[in-house]
Amino acid sequence: MSFKKFDKFIDFILLTLAIAPIVFIIILQVLTKPESTGITVEGARIYFTIPMPIQPLPITEAQVNSLAVLITIFSLCLYLTRNMSVKKPTKRQHLAEWIVEKCDGLVKNNMDPYFKNFGPFIASILGLSAFSSLLSLFGLFPPTSDINIVGGWAILVFILITYYKFKCGPIHYAKSFCDPPLLTPLNIISEIATPISMAFRHYGNILSGSVISVLLATGLAGLSNLLLGWLPGFLGDFPFLRIGIPAVLSIYFDVFSGALQAFIFAMLTMMYVSGGFPAEDFVARRSRLSKANKK
Amino acid sequence: MLEIAVGIILGCCALGAGAAMIAGIGPGIGEGNAVAKACEAIGRQPECKGSVTSTMLMGCAIAETTGLYALVIAILLIFVAPNLFVNILLKTIGK
Repeated sequence: MSFKKFDKFIDFILLTLAIAPIVFIIILQVLTKPESTGITVEGARIYFTIPMPIQPLPITEAQVNSLAVLITIFSLCLYLTRNMSVKKPTKRQHLAEWIVEKCDGLVKNNMDPYFKNFGPFIASILGLSAFSSLLSLFGLFPPTSDINIVGGWAILVFILITYYKFKCGPIHYAKSFCDPPLLTPLNIISEIATPISMAFRHYGNILSGSVISVLLATGLAGLSNLLLGWLPGFLGDFPFLRIGIPAVLSIYFDVFSGALQAFIFAMLTMMYVSGGFPAEDFVARRSRLSKANKK
Repeated sequence: MLEIAVGIILGCCALGAGAAMIAGIGPGIGEGNAVAKACEAIGRQPECKGSVTSTMLMGCAIAETTGLYALVIAILLIFVAPNLFVNILLKTIGK
């Protein structure tokens, strides 16, 4: 009996850990954000800077928010995968299994069979990106509209691509740039352009959504002041047209665009990693090496 | 004189941002074509709706990239460049 109570207590703690970071950053924003009027499109605010030998390291809103998202996803995963059983699966076990099956299916459909263990990485990219973009539903700064965060992810993907291209040795890697020998500079440029375009695509989509939302909110405030400004007292100053209308745009820009960009980032990661990997040459090389070893 | 110089810098930054967003035409036409073809494909083979839709969204997102480059440049021109250029101007004048 006491074990069951303890079990529920751990569930409660995990759920609290999932919600607490979001509440914490909301409170932090309310306490530190300066009041603003009119059109303000700002980057991430800097909370404080840590002095470092080469350059001071600023701790920004984007970093704090993405850490909060990390803690939320981590505790949600722990909560979903507790008390798994083969005989009596619970509701959350079904949910966890559904997520894992979907991600494995995605990897299986889009990648080489060599990458069959890539599911967790793709799932973590999807979850992190989607949850980060959805933070703007709470009125918080979405970390994905900061180029530094998304650029970090793109560099990570670039390192992965290069690692799997190196699987056949450095000579094969160098040769892959000289496919038509005259186009070597172009090939090098397009290799470097991969992470840049991935980062810009994700960041530009989320940022343009927030810029358009701010413009629309400001425009609606002006329009309602023009139309309903004759009302007495504070009713005249109150922007009535701002109620409800920006929500329609928010559904597209925050929910749809955020989820779509997460999906596209994961899809492009899978395509680039799997497309850069020389599968046939790798199999040939491995069989040749194993034959040489046997001799 | 300084006011005129700063005014020219601000105005040219705004003009440049507006001119950069002309690039929005290209992705618009491209995505329209992609969606039209996808609609045709779904009309011919309604059972492939899911895969056609996901491929179309993927292609649209990639076609959007050039427009987003223009957007990034426009945002830089509006929010970052004026400050930078005015600082350069003040430095060259020696104030």
